[in-house]
Amino acid sequence: MNEVPLTHILFVSTALFFIGMYGLFTRKNLITMLMSIELLLNSVNINFVAFNKYLFPDKLDGVFFTIFIITIAAAEAAVAIAIIINLYRSHKSIDVEDATELKF
Amino acid sequence: MTASQIIFYAISAFILGAGLLSVTSTKIFRAAIWLLFSLVGIAGLYFWMQVEFVAAVQIVVYVGGIVVLIIFSIFLTQESGKKMPKPSARKTVFSVLSALFGFGFTYNLISKYGFPIGNTKPFTVAVSDIGTQMLSTTNYGYILPFEVVSMLLLASMIGCIVIAMKTPEQKPGEPKQIKVTNNEDAPAPTVVVIPSVPEPLIIAEV
Repeated sequence: MNEVPLTHILFVSTALFFIGMYGLFTRKNLITMLMSIELLLNSVNINFVAFNKYLFPDKLDGVFFTIFIITIAAAEAAVAIAIIINLYRSHKSIDVEDATELKF
Repeated sequence: MTASQIIFYAISAFILGAGLLSVTSTKIFRAAIWLLFSLVGIAGLYFWMQVEFVAAVQIVVYVGGIVVLIIFSIFLTQESGKKMPKPSARKTVFSVLSALFGFGFTYNLISKYGFPIGNTKPFTVAVSDIGTQMLSTTNYGYILPFEVVSMLLLASMIGCIVIAMKTPEQKPGEPKQIKVTNNEDAPAPTVVVIPSVPEPLIIAEV
């Protein structure tokens, strides 16, 4: 079963993490930034499950962490979209460059 | 190369390709659809790792919940066919450089670390085991985080409703109060006016 070494799975999750980070750096639209954050959280989930499977196969802690992260990601996405819709209502734009009123 | 390896590399290429298109696409709706494909690919990776429960949760929560929510908010806030402006060349170059540097650095650490290989125990995750340990109050039970995260979810859902609710706008709110006071005073003049002036005249004035 363990024909694929652990480092290859970690390669995938690391690459996905930095793809999400690239998106977070280059995007200006709040919704696409939220999408990049989802990619980051998913790469972390892959890491947790892979470590659990390869290093501690008789425990379940990685699976629990993954489930909790998914729950918190759902809450985070809901709150973020509520904020985005509220921002759109007051500014008619969800570009981060337009929301500068809290800038010091 | 066995079939399992081939499946793993195919799923990985699919995830990474879809993720890359999702962060570079200039049309926001297409970016959301590519994100959907990437999340489905990650669920496939969980199936490949034989954690079927997590894969099912991934599909239900991410694909069925979060991506649909994102698509809704795209439709609510902007024209989905419009192209987004591309990031400036300088920003792109520096972002690519920092991502590549971070990736190289991290992967260098991972590949040099030398994880133990000899572990060949089968990894089976029964849903009953997850449920038992999730709600057990003994050592290594997860009942406290479970309760905390459920309260967090409830609080954040109520918070979302409060944030996104359309409040009565503040500027019309003050005239409303004045109107209310006017209305209390109003009946007397209107009652006086209506009998004194014939109705056709009022309509003509209006």
